[in-house]
Amino acid sequence: MMNKKWIAASLCAVTLGAAVLSGCAGGGEASGEQVVVYNWGEYIDPEVLELFTEETGIEVVYEEFETNEIMYPRVASGAVSYDVICPSDYMIERMIQEDMLAELNYDNIPNISNMDETYMAQAEAFDPGNKYCVPYCWGTVGILYNKTMVSEPIDSWDVLWDEQYADNILMQDSVRDAFAVALKRLGYSLNSTDEAELEEAKNLLIEQKPLVQAYVIDQVRDMMIGNEAAIGVIYSGEAIYTQRENPDLEYVIPKEGSNVWIDGWVIPKNAENKENAEAFINFLCDPEIALMNFDYITYSTPNAAARELIEDEDIRNSTIAFPTAEMLEGCEFFKYLGPDVDEIYNSKWKEVKSE
Amino acid sequence: MSKKWFAAPYLLWSVGFIIIPLLMIFFYGLTDRSGAFTLENVVAILSPEHSKALVLSLLLSLASTVICLLLAYPLAMILNKHHLGRGSFIVFLFILPMWMNFLLRTLAWQTLLEKTGVINSVLSALHLPALDIINTPYAIVLGMVYNFLPFMVLPIYNVLVKIDENVINAARDLGANGVQTFFKIILPLSIPGVVSGITMVFVPAMTTFVISTLLGGSKILLIGNVIEQEFTQGNNWNLGSGLSLVLMVFILVSMAFVMKYDREGEGGMF
Repeated sequence: MMNKKWIAASLCAVTLGAAVLSGCAGGGEASGEQVVVYNWGEYIDPEVLELFTEETGIEVVYEEFETNEIMYPRVASGAVSYDVICPSDYMIERMIQEDMLAELNYDNIPNISNMDETYMAQAEAFDPGNKYCVPYCWGTVGILYNKTMVSEPIDSWDVLWDEQYADNILMQDSVRDAFAVALKRLGYSLNSTDEAELEEAKNLLIEQKPLVQAYVIDQVRDMMIGNEAAIGVIYSGEAIYTQRENPDLEYVIPKEGSNVWIDGWVIPKNAENKENAEAFINFLCDPEIALMNFDYITYSTPNAAARELIEDEDIRNSTIAFPTAEMLEGCEFFKYLGPDVDEIYNSKWKEVKSE
Repeated sequence: MSKKWFAAPYLLWSVGFIIIPLLMIFFYGLTDRSGAFTLENVVAILSPEHSKALVLSLLLSLASTVICLLLAYPLAMILNKHHLGRGSFIVFLFILPMWMNFLLRTLAWQTLLEKTGVINSVLSALHLPALDIINTPYAIVLGMVYNFLPFMVLPIYNVLVKIDENVINAARDLGANGVQTFFKIILPLSIPGVVSGITMVFVPAMTTFVISTLLGGSKILLIGNVIEQEFTQGNNWNLGSGLSLVLMVFILVSMAFVMKYDREGEGGMF
């Protein structure tokens, strides 16, 4: 987790420095048209950015973040005014609640018609009326396992508590994801705010701890490819990539349900180039561009037209990238629970970690 | 008058990057989210999960300090005995790793110690039992010792070099044997270096969070990890600062320790 986080953080620092400098220097230039993009690390095909500049003449200032929690204070403080950002569902909900986002002008985003209606409807869970957000990628959280290292078919979170896989389990090292696993196994909502339920989930995580090899975030991918562990909790978008590298790996959404998430583009209120930002979002909704991006990052696209264009039939019909409605039964979006509940989660997570 | 002005950049630097941040930590540590005064963030160290992390940090950093001392002292003696000057190749070898990024060196240990890592591949090729210490406190102590050993070797070496040969010869002339010379002459004279080495290892080991995350698989929570997570994941800067204030007490104590035994600053690194 740390390595990528640090690399990302230092890259952020460097790019930010560069952005500030170029912002100062470029202020007086003739063309001047630019868009300041703030996105997750490794979450876009760099060629897409070049094509965008080629086509529209708008220069892209591109910055990356590692987690929603790192992104939020930078945007909230207003130190850098970003034009377009890509947070996750619950963070978008929080930013809407705190009146940080500008309403989108869909006249400037005609390509929205390429989007699958289902996902637009799903996005209404955190953005009623689709006023602020255009979905970019979506996916689930599930179990990635190595077929040669497990004895039975896996379909339940229970396997993460199975003693025969002691020291062969990789858990997510982030509060909400870890608690989601335990809460779902207990049959509760992953947005639970009930102290008793959270206490139960905490005890379950403590019970699991001796079996866990390590708590990691991005490293799950490389460790699973390298046969370091038999079972890992991972985002569905990484599953296709890991299978390409190691065909023994298989991904499953546990039957108890899991977390389903959407990352979407939003425009903050203090954006200086709102129209350029909308042009950027529109460009990403172009089927050809969305396809290019999908091939590169392998995270599921909510763009129906782009999905039609996928040449590899196995991937187009992959239930990992595009799970069916039944598979998503019992899956929930994270909700923003407010600072007080966040604190309860954090302190219980600390109890787990200090055991 | 003109000379004073040369100190101005330094003054600006220390005010901007040392004093103001310190004051901010005090401010955050002694207030709650609404900005009202409270001691809660400091007292929070007594809660079971925090005190457990603190005690574990103390134990692991003590262990690595002792191991560093046991490894470094004989080494510094050898370097000194063979009159290997500062410019010698051997001394250079000990300083060389410090030129490389600390994070990178710790990541290398991760690759070495992993279940299917370099060391275990070699061991299994030789049909030897696997080394299973990654994600345990042993791996963390190993990482601390590896990273901080030069900080123990150099101060001790620097005081040993300065011991006058004649003092040792005099002890021999008066009939002291090797062991007596060591305990009566060399050891007491090298105390400043030992003390400064101990703090230079103990303080960073006590506050580290990178080593425990990388080599402990985030399973072992040290006090540094608790503070780091309050700032990044928990978004509770007040609690993070409050706990940092507690940690500062330990650092001040060890600084006082150095002041007492190394008044002339002999046991410096360079």
